Amino acid sequence: MTNYELVVIGGGPAGLAAALAAWEQGVRDVLILERDSQAGGILNQCIHNGFGLHRFQEELTGPEYAGRFIELVKQTDIQIRTDTMVLELTEDRVLHTVSPQHGYEAIQAGAVVLAMGCRERTRGAISIPGARCSGIFTAGAAQRFMNIEGYMVGKRVVILGSGDIGLIMARRMTLEGAKVLACVELMPYSGGLTRNIVQCLNDFDIPLYLSHTVTDVRGKDRLEQVVVSRVDERRNPIPGTEMVFDCDTLLLSVGLLPENELSRQAGIEIDPRTNGPVVWENRECSIPGVFACGNVLHVHDLVDYVSAESEQAGRAAAAYLRGVRTEGEEISLKNGNGVGYTVPQRFHRGAEALELFFRVRNIYHNAAIRVTDGEKQIARFKREHMAPGEMENIKLPKVLLDRISGDALTVEIEEAAQ
Amino acid sequence: MNYDVIIIGCGVVGASCAYTLAQYALRVGVLEASNDVANGTTKANSAIVHAGYDPLPGTNMARLNVLGTAMMGPLCARLDVPYRNNGSLVLSLSEEDDDTLRELYERGIANGVPGLALLDRAQTLALEPNLSPALRGALYAPSAGIVNPWELCYAMAETAVRNGAELHLSAPVTAIERLDGGFRLRTPKGDFTARYVVNCAGTLADSVSAMAGDRSFTVRPAKGEYFLLDKSEGHRVEHVIFQCPSKLGKGVLVTPTVHGNLLVGPNASPAGPEDTANSAEGLAFVRSSALRSVPGINFRDNIRNFAGVRANTDRDDFIIEESAAAPGFIQAAGIKSPGLSAAPAIGPEVLALLERAGLEARKKDGVIDSRKRIRFHELTDAEKNEMIRKDPRWGRVICRCETVTEGEIAASLHTPIPPVSVNGVKRRVGAGMGRCQGGFCGPRVQEIIARELGLDPTQVLMDWEGTWVLCGETKGGAAQ
Repeated sequence: MTNYELVVIGGGPAGLAAALAAWEQGVRDVLILERDSQAGGILNQCIHNGFGLHRFQEELTGPEYAGRFIELVKQTDIQIRTDTMVLELTEDRVLHTVSPQHGYEAIQAGAVVLAMGCRERTRGAISIPGARCSGIFTAGAAQRFMNIEGYMVGKRVVILGSGDIGLIMARRMTLEGAKVLACVELMPYSGGLTRNIVQCLNDFDIPLYLSHTVTDVRGKDRLEQVVVSRVDERRNPIPGTEMVFDCDTLLLSVGLLPENELSRQAGIEIDPRTNGPVVWENRECSIPGVFACGNVLHVHDLVDYVSAESEQAGRAAAAYLRGVRTEGEEISLKNGNGVGYTVPQRFHRGAEALELFFRVRNIYHNAAIRVTDGEKQIARFKREHMAPGEMENIKLPKVLLDRISGDALTVEIEEAAQ
Repeated sequence: MNYDVIIIGCGVVGASCAYTLAQYALRVGVLEASNDVANGTTKANSAIVHAGYDPLPGTNMARLNVLGTAMMGPLCARLDVPYRNNGSLVLSLSEEDDDTLRELYERGIANGVPGLALLDRAQTLALEPNLSPALRGALYAPSAGIVNPWELCYAMAETAVRNGAELHLSAPVTAIERLDGGFRLRTPKGDFTARYVVNCAGTLADSVSAMAGDRSFTVRPAKGEYFLLDKSEGHRVEHVIFQCPSKLGKGVLVTPTVHGNLLVGPNASPAGPEDTANSAEGLAFVRSSALRSVPGINFRDNIRNFAGVRANTDRDDFIIEESAAAPGFIQAAGIKSPGLSAAPAIGPEVLALLERAGLEARKKDGVIDSRKRIRFHELTDAEKNEMIRKDPRWGRVICRCETVTEGEIAASLHTPIPPVSVNGVKRRVGAGMGRCQGGFCGPRVQEIIARELGLDPTQVLMDWEGTWVLCGETKGGAAQ
């Protein structure tokens, strides 16, 4: 069996940043396993700009952002093995891999970083009724066809879901000469970043239908029509509100799911709220020596945060390899009113400062984030605006953490008085 | 082109006929309307091998079901078709159901179904712990099973082609002319003549029959809708779980598939012969009905819905006979459920009818009756390495959900009946059948098909004719 100190599964932004951080901490035997033919992950097909504002204080395209990290990796002895699929991860950190160059190979890792990213929810996941014609794509698959392969997927387009990829594709297809007729969102608010609503829909006069969904798909061979209906507060379509769009393409941007089949197989505890591993403050999973970061842990909207989180996981993996073990009594994080999940889900008593990431479940104006220890409020953060499409984060300094008396903290949203 | 026998339609019934007839010294032609075989009812059904207690004694359905089911295991072993003899349970959830179970049991005995047993609640739960709290007992049928229906069709059709049968795709029959001692069939691919014709045209069999002058039956297509769930739900049940047929219909089944997924369906509603659209009401019905027998099914793990059309007719039986109006024209029509189970027996049945109609059939020497397909994920580690050493493409995983390599996809494109579409590849090797539904591998499969078949990527279809995927290059083009 081949041995490596650190094996990183996934060569996208998360994996690259984690590997680099571990290298900077002195780990010299690092292998990145990437299933595609080149590193960079999904950023390679994100040719629009807007990446790196936080990280590099400049606007980069996806490939440029990935390129910065790939250049840094090239200056190290970190190995990247492309075209390599991990078939299985065991709880004692053996990775069963297959690739054209190395064939089938088992690798023993001292520590593992999970950075497999996420996949898109499909038509089946939301059971869109209607014909089984062609012309229905997930937004990311259409993006790959256009930006990597160089082919157009259609000329008249309806987009279901206002996630960021769908919004970006609305603009991209318009610039390529397609007519984007509508963006349709089930919820009463968008799932994407506000800046993308403005720059990708409003700037091109593409209507956004909130509280609407696709209720029928028609077409004998290729898609011919999409029927869109308004939904009530319980998200059920309202009969009589149907609008028919003549189109040849339906793009789906209806959510992302962390790809944790390997993690589940290995027996890693998964949080049903994030669909990612349950992690400690250092991004260590329920199996010691296995860390998770990026979209496999929870779906991010900004790659800058992915990089930061992954560096934390990479540093923690390096510490683990040096023999450092995080210990102490467990304090768990509970979701209160309006909070969908938190990452991390738990931490050790005595932890250094804690940065918490989470998503809210609704739109809030002039509200506050409260952190309570039992009945006692230990921190409160005012926010002018919060939305499910934008990840929130708060920092709890060590002095606060040291004062916790219970075994759980609750994070909740305090709504403004009506 | 001139044949002894022409088979119209290459679903699992046509393929069974072709597989049987190609073992004889006959010129056999197969005309398929679609651009691939197995493209109608065969690709969208419950994928069940029924035991045979359901059809009324004395019907073609009862006889051919029990016979076909007995033939299925050995046939699938010879032709390397995924099949599992996992047995079935018909559940009783009410007193009325108890009576139905006894009726089915007696009918099964009359039909010659082996091994039937009436189980009480405890015996049933010992076999299947995840069933409804309302469970009272079950009819256990150990001969029932599950199969990959389209691979069964591919396997029989490929073997027929290797034995000399000639398959013509995209060749819908548009007119049939009676000749002295035979027939002339018109298609967009040219005219074909044959001494005998076998009608395996599925949901369109009545129109094909009418072209030959026989209007003795009408197809009344009935659509059934399904959920296909992720492999994470694949062990919710181990047997095929049926509900009792009642006034409300035949009930919705819950079953594992040979691929390891969970399949739930169908309902039944009148439809056009090629109407495979799903409806919100149909799916809601299937979901709520299935939860009555297996309450824990997690429908959030659904990965695909589909619908299939059954070739029900105005006669309540398979129509397998020589046409009275058109001698030499053999009907293999109205093959609704349990048609898949009966399929292995329908080929020999049709051969017997042809011989009775005057065809002389002599067994050929050197007939091929085996097939082997390499499935990468089933290989041992050493075998995987051996394959990759010989051809590195076997080490490049294209479909990550189902672990399908480029080697497997390329190999499928050079079989006796190569796929011509993304879904054709999917059905042959499983690429795109998993939880991401081709979101990641679709573009790469498109590229491999284009390369292996010498097509432009814009010519590669999703499935049947007209299902285009790409409409041209972007402004920057595909040059890089």
